[in-house]
Amino acid sequence: MKVLLRNPRREVEVTGPVTVLALLARLNLNPESVLVIRGDTIVTRDARLTDDDTIEIRPVISGGSR
Amino acid sequence: MKCRRCREPAVIDIRRHNAAFCRDCFLHHCREQVRRAIDEHRMIEPGERVLVAVSGGKDSLALWHLLGALGHEADGLYIGLGIDEYSEESAALVRTFATGRGLKLHEVDLAAEWGFDVPTAARTTRRAPCGSCGLSKRHLFNRVALTHGYPVVATGHNLDDEAAVLLGNVLRWETGYLARQYPVLPASDGFARKVKPLIRLGEREMAAYCVLEGIDYQVEECPMAAGNRHLGYKEVLNALEDRSPGAKAAFLFGFLDRGHDLFAGLAGIAGTGGGASGEGPVLAPCASCGSPTTGEVCAFCRLRERVRDDTGPAPGPEPASAPSQTPRP
Ligand code: SF4
Ligand SMILES: [Zn+2]
Ligand SMILES: [Zn+2]
Repeated sequence: MKVLLRNPRREVEVTGPVTVLALLARLNLNPESVLVIRGDTIVTRDARLTDDDTIEIRPVISGGSR
Repeated sequence: MKCRRCREPAVIDIRRHNAAFCRDCFLHHCREQVRRAIDEHRMIEPGERVLVAVSGGKDSLALWHLLGALGHEADGLYIGLGIDEYSEESAALVRTFATGRGLKLHEVDLAAEWGFDVPTAARTTRRAPCGSCGLSKRHLFNRVALTHGYPVVATGHNLDDEAAVLLGNVLRWETGYLARQYPVLPASDGFARKVKPLIRLGEREMAAYCVLEGIDYQVEECPMAAGNRHLGYKEVLNALEDRSPGAKAAFLFGFLDRGHDLFAGLAGIAGTGGGASGEGPVLAPCASCGSPTTGEVCAFCRLRERVRDDTGPAPGPEPASAPSQTPRP
């Protein structure tokens, strides 16, 4: 499956099937710090992703003192 | 996973609540958390007009949307910081959001109206840009609120933001800042009330809210944020949260419930980091812009003068003085 990552924007290819939690572990990402988006909705950590899916992993942490 | 409320398939799990929600129940959850924060801290009285500080990021756009959904009359304020494409993109997103929903948006452009932008201020002060940026935003939020008669300014600070600030304040025992860290700063002479209605919602929930409501927000980070202390604190807190869900909320809400009052009274004491709002030092109008300040000239105008001395005369107008009383609607 295609996985889009941000900051910096890049795309990686991951072989499924894989759960969201396992995918994040593989990419060394903290589930607290990202949203996993499939199509136009988000998915829970137990969702199974397959090779036909297009996934975006979007960081949710913003910096600055605001 | 199934939704805790309706048993339909869930789209998001929130471990600190030990819950998962479907789209509709999650949006309901967000509205309830904001309603609760507003009620608990008496942030907004019925009928009060709210000025929402919007940056184009997920938090402030979600906040504007949520306040509307809860029936509050909320107008937006966007400040053009002059941070290259980042500012251009965020301005476009905010305008699209406002026009698409028929909402009223105020805009202030730092460079055009005040003669400097954030990158120039950072070069002049040789300090992290977030310092001058935050100072300018706080000043202008308050100024626009007073000028247009908004009794309350709402900002998009969420649970993660506040927990990170708290960690920073505790690590350095900034007792004055701890005294002032609270979701509501009451109005005082020359200052509108400041409220943080997203205090009960985490950063991940705010991003999810925008995705599920179809709110187009700026995902790219401000290029000036790199290396910012708060980003590091957030990473540390999220590592803790991953191991023990609820750690961030317990840290922040424990402080607000049981810790904050212990520091009250240190807000205006010199050397404690306490700021110039509320009790403490005597305020007088700034000689240059009329905003209340403890010195002769306010920090915002001192910054403007420094940048002007450094870079030559800037095109900013001499602004008329601001009202020095908080308007009572
Ligand atoms: S990250 Fe810093 S410089 Fe960028 S908008 Fe936020 S406070 Fe301003
Ligand atoms: Zn549901
Ligand atoms: Zn001034």
